[in-house]
Amino acid sequence: MEIVDILLAASFWEAAIRIATPLIFGVLGALVCERAGVLNLGIEGIFTAGAMAGWMAVWLGAGLWGGVLVAALAGGFFGLIHAILTVPLGLSQHVSGIGVTLLATSLSYFTYRTALPDVSSPPRITPFQPLDIPFLSDLPFIGQALFSQTAMTMLALVLVLVTGWVLYRTPLGLAIRAVGDNPSSVEAQGLSVYGLRIGAVVVGSSMMALGGAFLTMSAFDAFFFGMINGRGWVCIALTVFASWRPGKALIGALLFGAFDAFQVRLQTEVGAFLPSQVFLMMPYILSIIALIVVARKADYPKALLVPWFKGQR
Amino acid sequence: MSSAAHSSHETSPDLLLELAGITKKFGPLIANDAIDLKVHKGEIVALLGENGAGKTTLMNILFGHYVADEGQVTVANRDGGISALEPGAPQAALDAGIGMVHQHFTLAENLSGLDNIVLGTEPIFRLKRDRTKARAKLDQLMSGSGLNVDLDQPVHKLTVGEKQRVEILKALYRDARLLVLDEPTAVLTPQEADSLFATLRQLAATGLSVIIIAHKLAEVLAVSHRIAVLRGGKKVGEMQTSDADHRSIAEMMVGREVPASRRTERAPGAPVLHLSGVTIDRGDDRRSLHGVSLTAHEGEILGIAGVSGNGQAALAQLIAGLSKPDHGSVEIFGDVITRFDAHTFAQNGIARIPEDRHHDGMVGSMTVAENIAIEDVRSKEYQKFGFLDFAAIRKRAEHAIKDYDVRCPGPDAQARLLSGGNIQKLILARVLEKSPKLILANQPSRGLDVGAQSEVHRRLLEARENGAAVILISEDLDELLTISDQICVIHAGHVSSAIATAAIDRSELGLMMAGQSKIDAQHAATIPTADQGETR
Repeated sequence: MEIVDILLAASFWEAAIRIATPLIFGVLGALVCERAGVLNLGIEGIFTAGAMAGWMAVWLGAGLWGGVLVAALAGGFFGLIHAILTVPLGLSQHVSGIGVTLLATSLSYFTYRTALPDVSSPPRITPFQPLDIPFLSDLPFIGQALFSQTAMTMLALVLVLVTGWVLYRTPLGLAIRAVGDNPSSVEAQGLSVYGLRIGAVVVGSSMMALGGAFLTMSAFDAFFFGMINGRGWVCIALTVFASWRPGKALIGALLFGAFDAFQVRLQTEVGAFLPSQVFLMMPYILSIIALIVVARKADYPKALLVPWFKGQR
Repeated sequence: MSSAAHSSHETSPDLLLELAGITKKFGPLIANDAIDLKVHKGEIVALLGENGAGKTTLMNILFGHYVADEGQVTVANRDGGISALEPGAPQAALDAGIGMVHQHFTLAENLSGLDNIVLGTEPIFRLKRDRTKARAKLDQLMSGSGLNVDLDQPVHKLTVGEKQRVEILKALYRDARLLVLDEPTAVLTPQEADSLFATLRQLAATGLSVIIIAHKLAEVLAVSHRIAVLRGGKKVGEMQTSDADHRSIAEMMVGREVPASRRTERAPGAPVLHLSGVTIDRGDDRRSLHGVSLTAHEGEILGIAGVSGNGQAALAQLIAGLSKPDHGSVEIFGDVITRFDAHTFAQNGIARIPEDRHHDGMVGSMTVAENIAIEDVRSKEYQKFGFLDFAAIRKRAEHAIKDYDVRCPGPDAQARLLSGGNIQKLILARVLEKSPKLILANQPSRGLDVGAQSEVHRRLLEARENGAAVILISEDLDELLTISDQICVIHAGHVSSAIATAAIDRSELGLMMAGQSKIDAQHAATIPTADQGETR
């Protein structure tokens, strides 16, 4: 059958992992913020800022890894704004997050237009190239599907392991999980609630920005308006799907990537009968269904969205 | 009684902690007014006082949550010297060996007991955790103190008593020399409280100092060596427990004589409400009832004793008409009820004093007058040509404020600005003015100070005298034993048959509340329940 052929092709899995990469960065970032008790709806704007800042840094001559660093710093900057508004000041995390998305998106477009007032199409950079690892990249199937991805995809996969290790194997991760469940438990043990939460939001936002940077520096080679196209919001949903666990976050992102890669291939097979919009909807609809099935039992971090003030109990 | 501070300790080398002239103001309110307090090694000090007396503020200053405006805290160092405690720094208090067990536990429920204990005791930026040493130390602490808990369970799976043990272990693990417990028995059954006190005595014997914050007299008399009484932010008395006398301390706390609530014997009248074999299965004992039968009579207070979360909420919802039984029947004055909604029940003369008075008892953003009228806006009394008659509502509110001594600026004050005790009086005024046939009082005096509590009891007894039936759901055994005519015990959704208060053995009651003594299945037998299906 054609469908089976699609699913068995290495090129299908290669595409699925590539599409999943920005989502892996985004879900991990959102997960770190939310584990500490802060919802970060600035994610869509932080993606945009990361995409713009990383690409522009490379275009200005910073080198690809220099671009990655600049993207992470840009993400951390907007994360810090969100953290200051929501943690010590205790403002609504929804309102602040959407504000950060609007601010970061507009500021990215503004910077782009100011730097390049007259261009009709953006200048292109030389993006990250597919890796050619001796031996590994030559393996059948998995060599093409996994080991011929770009360095940023490898970084995303490593980041899954690092995030998991930090959250579940280190004292810092213990403190982050505690502060997202009951901030008073952390304060009573002499640790700083504000420090942990602000730190988690800044680091999480940096991770989100890498997702944006992947788009302009790996998947494509330039920055376009509207290129984030709701990927940030998908990450917020996937975080719930993942029950705030890094391993499940990887699975959720891959599932979404697979749906997306699948619909593109299905279009060429049966596109004659159905309008293309039906296929474009598919990953979102399937995500919603998966979310309904999984998230009904979701175990939210208990202090998520709840501001905490010193000396008040 | 004069404040007979024992001077024998004044120069004692065993002094561990000294609070000197602590003053703390919150705006115009003086929460602590020049308070002195000393604690010696191995001593259990009870800090007594009503709500708002300043006990918790004082302890929060000690622990560094607040900074005092005046005065200082000094601690004997481990090496023998004496130094001032840095204000406003919980870490400094922890380092000095002060451990606090808050009334609302400061545990992360998603983590294990062990994780909660170790949290913050190891350097935070490290690649790995090593738990072998921690585990060994805790094993030793547990076997030495009798505070046994399964430390690998996530905290949300532990019982309240076990959570408290984790909190105490948390302090001991940090080598605490002084343990502060804020209202430690509020959430425990009498047996759990006794076992806690035994543990504290044992720990004190090994040199640990303890401060217990409490407002119940009987228990601090049982456990403490010394008692300090706070009232209105001032220390009004201090004495050795052996010299203390129940009645005089109560007066010292309240500042005036407390009228004792007395129940006069009275024959109960006709049944008002009768539940038979009511089952509501929500798959969770906290929200379910299993074959519950009970009868509330005119002129009788029926107490429902139980540790919170054993189905009281389900029972209260049922009696208020907010939920419908799956099986069984509800009769009011002999008529079987078929419509389960709050209006039908209210029409039948059932009034309720809700458990969460702030959340379910009033609308904070509305005025006192509006809150008094809120349940009766449909009645003609408050209407004129189909519109609300605010003049009538205000007039009624003015009466209520006067009759029930609600301390507030006036009928137009916002209800949320009132204190807990005054909100409760407001609710009493609303409920009792309608001369209900049955009053459902769910935890009516919880969190109130002694004065407000006795007012609530007086009003409920007065309603009983006037022939109303009262169902009193409470966790406070003293309250239940003082004003109820009969008591049922609720545990895991099962309700025992009613026992006359005079015939009740207190410790048996405690065992029933803990589910250790079998609740008689006589009611449950009338209708097959899930439990019985298994035994058949």
